[in-house]
Amino acid sequence: MAEEKVGVYICHCGHNIAGTVDVEAVAEWAKDLPNVEVSTDYKFMCSSLGQELVEEDIREKGLTRVVVAACSPHMHEPTFRKACERAGLNPYLFEMANIREHASWVHADDPDAATEKTKAIVAGAVSRVVHHEPLDTLVVPVNEKTMVVGGGIAGINTALEIANAGYPVVLVEREPSIGGHMAQFDKTFPTLDCSACILTPKMFDVGNHPNIELMTYSEVENVEGYVGNFTVTIRQKARKINIEDCTGCGDCWERCPKKVVDTDYEAGLGYRTAVYRPFPQAVPKYPVIDVETCIYYDTGKCRACEKFCPTGAINFEQEDEVVMTKVGNIVLATGYDLFDCRRIPQYGFGRLANVFSSLEFERMTNASGPTGGKIVLRDGVTEPESVAIIHCVGSRDKNYNEYCSGICCMAALKFAHLIHEKTNAEVYNCYIDMRSAFKDYEEFYNRLMEEGTHFIRGRVAEVTDAARMPGEEGKLIVQVEDTLIGKQRRVPVDMVILMAAMEPRWDSVEVSHQFGIGCSAAGFFTEKHPKLDPIATMSDGVFIAGVAQGPKDIPLTVGQGAAAAARVLTLITTGEVEMEPVRATIDEARCSGCRICNNLCPYGAIDFLEEEAVSRVNPALCKGCGTCVAACPSQIITGAHFSYEQIMAEIEGVLWDMGNGQLVPDAQPVTESA
Amino acid sequence: MSDLQEFQPVIVGFLCNWCSYRAADLAGTSRMGYPATLRDIRIMCTGRLDPAFVLKALRGGADGVLIMGCHPGQCHYEEGNYKALRRVALLKRTLAQLGVEPERVQLGWASAAEGVVFAEKVAEMTEQIRALGPLRWGGNLADKANGNGTLAGVAAMDEEVVS
Repeated sequence: MAEEKVGVYICHCGHNIAGTVDVEAVAEWAKDLPNVEVSTDYKFMCSSLGQELVEEDIREKGLTRVVVAACSPHMHEPTFRKACERAGLNPYLFEMANIREHASWVHADDPDAATEKTKAIVAGAVSRVVHHEPLDTLVVPVNEKTMVVGGGIAGINTALEIANAGYPVVLVEREPSIGGHMAQFDKTFPTLDCSACILTPKMFDVGNHPNIELMTYSEVENVEGYVGNFTVTIRQKARKINIEDCTGCGDCWERCPKKVVDTDYEAGLGYRTAVYRPFPQAVPKYPVIDVETCIYYDTGKCRACEKFCPTGAINFEQEDEVVMTKVGNIVLATGYDLFDCRRIPQYGFGRLANVFSSLEFERMTNASGPTGGKIVLRDGVTEPESVAIIHCVGSRDKNYNEYCSGICCMAALKFAHLIHEKTNAEVYNCYIDMRSAFKDYEEFYNRLMEEGTHFIRGRVAEVTDAARMPGEEGKLIVQVEDTLIGKQRRVPVDMVILMAAMEPRWDSVEVSHQFGIGCSAAGFFTEKHPKLDPIATMSDGVFIAGVAQGPKDIPLTVGQGAAAAARVLTLITTGEVEMEPVRATIDEARCSGCRICNNLCPYGAIDFLEEEAVSRVNPALCKGCGTCVAACPSQIITGAHFSYEQIMAEIEGVLWDMGNGQLVPDAQPVTESA
Repeated sequence: MSDLQEFQPVIVGFLCNWCSYRAADLAGTSRMGYPATLRDIRIMCTGRLDPAFVLKALRGGADGVLIMGCHPGQCHYEEGNYKALRRVALLKRTLAQLGVEPERVQLGWASAAEGVVFAEKVAEMTEQIRALGPLRWGGNLADKANGNGTLAGVAAMDEEVVS
C-alpha cells in the first residue's frame, strides 16, 4: 500500500463549506497524511473545471486513489466516480468525504470544531481509500415488462405512456375498477371540465390496450429481486364471477335483493347491491360479489344473481388466484386516503346531519351521483340557503397533519362556484390562507370573488347547532374569528362542507417496506431527491407518481405519471442497467462450512455446497448488506467496498488526532477477532 | 471542574446507508445544529457492524460509539437492524465486564426523514458522555495533549497488540 498515490480535493462549495470550515488549512494539513500525493482546495469540485482537475492529476501525477471532500456521497459520488473513470482510474478507487451535510452545515456556530471534524472525516477517507480495490459494476439485463401499482389517473397515465411506446405493462388495482378518486369527481378546477368526460376515455384505452394486462381487484403480495429483474406475486381476489362468461349486462345487480351503503364510490351517500359494479363507466365492466354483505355467504340461500345471469357467469366457489410475474420496473401510483373528518369532533361531521365531507359533496353535485346532481341537505329535498365551506380540515394543523394538502383551496372555490350555479345560496369560505398557485388558479379565485362568495379569513373554531341568538334556530352556526376585521363571528348556515386533507394511504408504510423505499414522517413515499429527482426512489427500478409521493392536483399527477413512464422507458430501451458491485464473497478455500451465514441472509443468497462442504454467495441475489460479513467467525467473507480492512482503516483515520502513537502502560489490551 | 466543562467527547458513529446516514444528511440540509462530537462512518446496514469495529474505536481513542440504523421493522435489508440489536446487547455486556459504562455504546434508530431525531440523539449522547468523562482507554488523552497523532501510530499499536 505504501506505493499508493492519493489525491485529496477539498471543495469550498461556494460558501456552503468554506463559510464555516477553513478549507485552505485542511488542504494544507492533508498534504502530510500518509500516501497523499496532491492536496488542494477548489471552489466547486463538481463543476466541470473541478472534475477536470481530478482527471488531470490522475493522468499527469499518476494518482491511484482519489478523495473528494465535499457533499454527501448520495449527491455527487456518481459524478466523481465518472470523472475517475474518464481518466482511466477504476471508479471504486474513489472515496467521498462528506464535509458539508455532516460538518459545515451542522456546525456553522463553531467554525473551529467544524474544521477539526472535517480533518477527521478527511483522514478517515484517506486512510480508507488506500484499501479500496478496483471493482467492476455488474451489468444486468432489464425485463421489458413494467408493473404499475394503482389505477388512478397517475397509474392510468403511466401505463398508457409505456404501453403506447410498445412495451408490456401489468396494471394492478386494488378496487374492482380503475379510475381512482378522479372517477368520483364532478368537475375539475379551474376549467370546470367534467371529470368523468376526460377520464373515462383513458380508462377505456387502458382496458382495451393490447400491451396492458389489467389486474383489478388484485393486490401485490410480494416483491423480490432488483432493478430490471423483479419477481412480483399478485393476488387476484375472487370476484365470484367468471369474467370469460360475463357480459356486464347488469341483470345480477338489478336482481340482487341486498342493498348496502356504498362507502367507497358514493362516499356513504348512496347505496349499492351486494353484487355490484362500482360505477357505470367502470373498467373492466365485470361486477364483483361482496362476500361480506352477500346473503348467500351469510345464510347459504338466495343465489338470485345466479338464477338470473343469462350466461351462467356467477361462480360462488371461485377462489383467490395467486400469480407470479417477472417485471423490470415498478411504478407506485397508489394515491391517497381522505382525512376522516370524524377525527375533529368540534366540526360535527357524523354528528350534525348537514355537515358534509368534501368527497360527499363531490358525489352530491355529480349528475351521476345519489341526488342526481342536486345540492340538497341530508333530508334529500331541501335546498340550502346558505353554505359554509371550511378549509384546512386535517391539514395545516399540528394535531393532525402539519402539511398543506395543496388542492383543497381550489376545490373549495370549485364547490362555491357549483353552489352559485345550482342554488341561490350564500356561500362562506372560511380559509387560513388562500393558496391559488399555478396556471389560471388565481384568475379562478378572482372570478369567485366576483360571483359573490364571502371569504372569511380565519380558522373555524366550532360548528354547532346550539342557537344563542335570533336567526340561529335550526341552523348550523360556524364560530370563526375573522382575522381581517379582528372580530369573532357566528355565521348561521344550512350546510357545512369540510375540505378534508389528502392523507397517505393507511397502509403506505407497509407498502413502502414491501417495495424497499422510504416514507416521509407523514407517510408519503420518499423521492430520491426532493428537487432533482421527485420520481425515482432509493430502490433502483422503483418509481413513484401521483399523490402517493405528496399532495398534488390532477395536472401535476398526470405529469409525474408521464415522467415515471419516461424514466422506465429509458431503462427498457437501454436494455441493461449497471449495478453497484457491493456484494459479499466467501473465500471458499478457508470456509469451514459452519453454515452460520446461511440462515442469516435475508435473501437466501448463500447456498451450502454439500460436496465441497463450503458456503457460496449467489451474487445475483446478494444485496450487499454485509450481515454475513460481520457474522463469519473465520472472517473469510469479504464485503466488497465495505471490507473489514476498509472500515478498520476508516476508524483509525477518524481518530487520527487521538494520539495513539505509543502504548501507555495502563492501556487495557483488547483482543480483536483476527 | 473547568476542564470537565471543556471536555469535548469524541464519538465514533456507524450509520446505515439507507436511514440514519440520510437522516444525518437531512439534518445537514435542514441546518440543524448538533455538537461536533460525532465522527461518522457509513456502513450499508447496521447488520454489517462487526463488534470489533466498536472495540477498535474505543481503543483508538473514542469516548463513545453511536450506532444508528433504520427503525425496527423498516430495515432496507429486512432484518439487519435486529441483528445489530442482538450483537450490540451482547457487546455491551462484555464491555460492562471490562468496566465500560453502558452509555458509551449506544444503538439508536432514525429514518431518512428524521433529521431531528438524529441531531437530538447526538446531542443527548454527547451530554451523557460529557457527564461520564473521558474513557482513557489506551491512554489516548496523554497523547492527545501533545497533538502528535498519526495514522501510522494507531496502526502500529494494532500490530503490537496482535503480535
